[in-house]
Amino acid sequence: MGSSELKRSKDSVSSDESARRSSFPDEVLERVLSLLKPHRDRSSVSLVCKDWYNAERWSRTHVFIGNCYSVSPEIVARRFPRIRSVTLKGKPRFSDFNLVPENWGADIHSWLVVFAAKYPFLEELRLKRMAISDESLEFLAISFPNFKALSLLSCDGFSTNGLAAIATHCKNLTELDIQENGVYDKGGSWLSCFPESFTSLEVLNFANLTSDINFDALEKLVGRCKSMRVLKLNRSVSLEQLQRLLVNAPRLAELGTGSFSQELTIREYEELESTLSNCKIMHTLSGLWDAKGIYLPTLYPACSNLTFLNLSYAALQSVELAKLLAHCPRLKRLWVLDTVEDKGLEAVGLNCPLLEELRVFPADPFDDEIVHGVTEAGFLAVSFGCPRLHYVLYFCRQMTNAAVATIVQNCPDFTHFRLCIMNPGQPDYLTNEPMDEAFGAVVKTCTKLQRLSVSGLLTDLTFEYIGRYAKNLETLSVAFAGRSDWGMQCVLGGCPKLRKLEIRDCPFGNAALLSGLEKYESMRSLWMSACNVTMNGCRLLAREMPRLNVEVMKEDGSDDTQAYKVYVYRSIAGPRRDAPPSVLTL
Amino acid sequence: MEGRLVLLGGGSSGVSTTESAVLSKVEVVSEACSYPAESELELGLGLSLGGGGGSTGNTKAANSSWGECGRILTAKDFPSVVSHRTNNGGSSSVAVSGTKRAAETESVSHDSGSPTGVSSQVVGWPPIRAYRMNSLVNQAKAQRGDELESGIGEKDKPKDALKKKLDYNGKQTSSATVNEKAYLGFVKVNMDGIPIGRKVDLNAHSSYEGLAQALEDMFLRSANSAEKEPLTMASKLLDGSSEFVLTYEDKEGDWMLVGDVPWRMFVGSVRRLRIMRTSEANGLAPRFNESNDRQRSKPI
Repeated sequence: MGSSELKRSKDSVSSDESARRSSFPDEVLERVLSLLKPHRDRSSVSLVCKDWYNAERWSRTHVFIGNCYSVSPEIVARRFPRIRSVTLKGKPRFSDFNLVPENWGADIHSWLVVFAAKYPFLEELRLKRMAISDESLEFLAISFPNFKALSLLSCDGFSTNGLAAIATHCKNLTELDIQENGVYDKGGSWLSCFPESFTSLEVLNFANLTSDINFDALEKLVGRCKSMRVLKLNRSVSLEQLQRLLVNAPRLAELGTGSFSQELTIREYEELESTLSNCKIMHTLSGLWDAKGIYLPTLYPACSNLTFLNLSYAALQSVELAKLLAHCPRLKRLWVLDTVEDKGLEAVGLNCPLLEELRVFPADPFDDEIVHGVTEAGFLAVSFGCPRLHYVLYFCRQMTNAAVATIVQNCPDFTHFRLCIMNPGQPDYLTNEPMDEAFGAVVKTCTKLQRLSVSGLLTDLTFEYIGRYAKNLETLSVAFAGRSDWGMQCVLGGCPKLRKLEIRDCPFGNAALLSGLEKYESMRSLWMSACNVTMNGCRLLAREMPRLNVEVMKEDGSDDTQAYKVYVYRSIAGPRRDAPPSVLTL
Repeated sequence: MEGRLVLLGGGSSGVSTTESAVLSKVEVVSEACSYPAESELELGLGLSLGGGGGSTGNTKAANSSWGECGRILTAKDFPSVVSHRTNNGGSSSVAVSGTKRAAETESVSHDSGSPTGVSSQVVGWPPIRAYRMNSLVNQAKAQRGDELESGIGEKDKPKDALKKKLDYNGKQTSSATVNEKAYLGFVKVNMDGIPIGRKVDLNAHSSYEGLAQALEDMFLRSANSAEKEPLTMASKLLDGSSEFVLTYEDKEGDWMLVGDVPWRMFVGSVRRLRIMRTSEANGLAPRFNESNDRQRSKPI
């Protein structure tokens, strides 16, 4: 505190003029700005003038870094002295699909070392697509006595030993959220590491892990953490165990069940039903692995206030889903597997008028021979019944231009439209034409569109449409599409708000890459893989734009002149020094 | 070449994603469970059949530890058991390198205007997170279990009919029981010469060694010891030095030799196991059998 006082008096002494100009004391300005949360608004504020820049940096407690290599931890610490909460994202998104080598980077450790020195009172760390080792987790656990919340999404490099360190040392932990990571599961004993005196946990999500945990330890932990509001179990927890846990935690707002398929006696069934009926404030339900249709009715009483239902690990049939949805009138977000088929989606359209988000995942993504899953009919049915729909992720095997045009007419407010026709380059199955008009309709009708993923057979026309109409588009994902450089040039020449562009397996080459020279500095990143870009093109880009990092991932045995995978991003930290040998920085 | 069947442990970890080897769906799954700490262990088991699910001869960087053991037999060496996917019209050219060739295949599929099964052959496609893929492997297995166990071959049998067989006081019909067990990873195991089969929980193991050990415990210590049973079935059940060989029926109904593919791929496609007399294992692994005969010397 002392140093900040000193700083402020220095500032006001050195600039009388600014003191006369500004009618607010710094303290007031800081207080006002401290109420400002969205990081983009804060960025805008910091650009107003020097006073505001300073006030903003002193009042900021949470920093969001969308690309860990765009800035260095030292630069962050210098600018923002009072950070309590950090969100960091690392690898390019296509690393989720195994397109990025394992040792690519995005290691959290160097950040933690700086934070330990500069932010000893750090409370929250949220990581996405970062590499984090057990040593780092242990370092985290012992370096920050006030540490409260750890969230790991799609990260890798750690094992349950690291989680044991967190459980052992973080006395004030309120949140442990382990989601969809590549975690090396060495067993469930980590959960037993929470000391008997530990009672502060509010959020516990270990659905990611597969090993059995010590149920006794879990039951006691849930019993003594009276403020627990989010509990997401892993598959090893049985129905009977779930019932015992819920008896102690009826005030859960978010529940992720374990396996929903154990054989139950009548008495056990009724007990479960009764316990679940007490969970009236539950708004989020997930888990439900191996869900058996006959046990779903136990959930009905708990669904009256449900706004988010995640059935993406429960292979439900259409009838089961329909019956369940009849009890979920307030549903806003629904994730399902395509085992529910079009009939199931019709039930969605009929029962969920408030629906805003729908994600349909394929149960069997690789089996093209079996005709199942969802089609354009299901999507249409939802669009007719759910006019508020604005977020969709839809995996299907067939689609038509006409269907998509109707869908966006029914739901013009799409902000996120991610359509994946699973067979690459597949045309409209009725007309055999490219799917250009479908995505044309999307960008023309949905003026609020922020995120778009395209698929199917697409010519450059799709990209002409996108460039011309998608004025609010920030993220575009393209695969197996386009005919020539012109397509990519249209996107780079239009789309004023574009921030992330990821492209794979498209015929875009150097001319396209280089048409976006100025644009890349206003974007977070560009990914191009299996396109027609060459090393010379990348070198030219790197030479022309020194504030961009241009990285090429080499492919064993590939032609040395081709740039197989290219990742371009703006950075104020300069080229990174931790790239593995397979990644060339140009 | 020794020709011993050695177990592969787990997935093809350490496989760099920049490898150009085509990856079937399962390859993606096995990559997803590859963790740096395990990589050295899993690749060091000496010559065995198959490689990381590879249907090509691509033995690049990650496979280099195999190189010193001699020629690696891949699925190509067993034409009868090659996945039907690679035989799809027009797709075989994709089987050589992942995303690079996909653009070419794209043009193929344009002409034909119909799905050619390409999606199963392209790295990282469809774009589903590795974690979700792992869960899907188990789901898909269970669904196939529905169709198979009810004894129907047709694809359009309503699945609801099977579900109705469960009732909540715990009584279940046999097909429903098997259905449930499929979810939990239990598969039937039969051994030649023993009329009563067993069930083993695949989810309880993370490698072929674990499974082999469990099976040996099961059948060595079985209640049928009164019958004529090879007490010295040998702990080498699966390395080819015993009279028996471990085989499995996959979800397409084909009988395969256990050990070719990464563990997780195996778990995703196995329907049931059979401990088969080596003499009956002809046609599954012709080359293997020849050398095995030469190898086997101890009487049972």
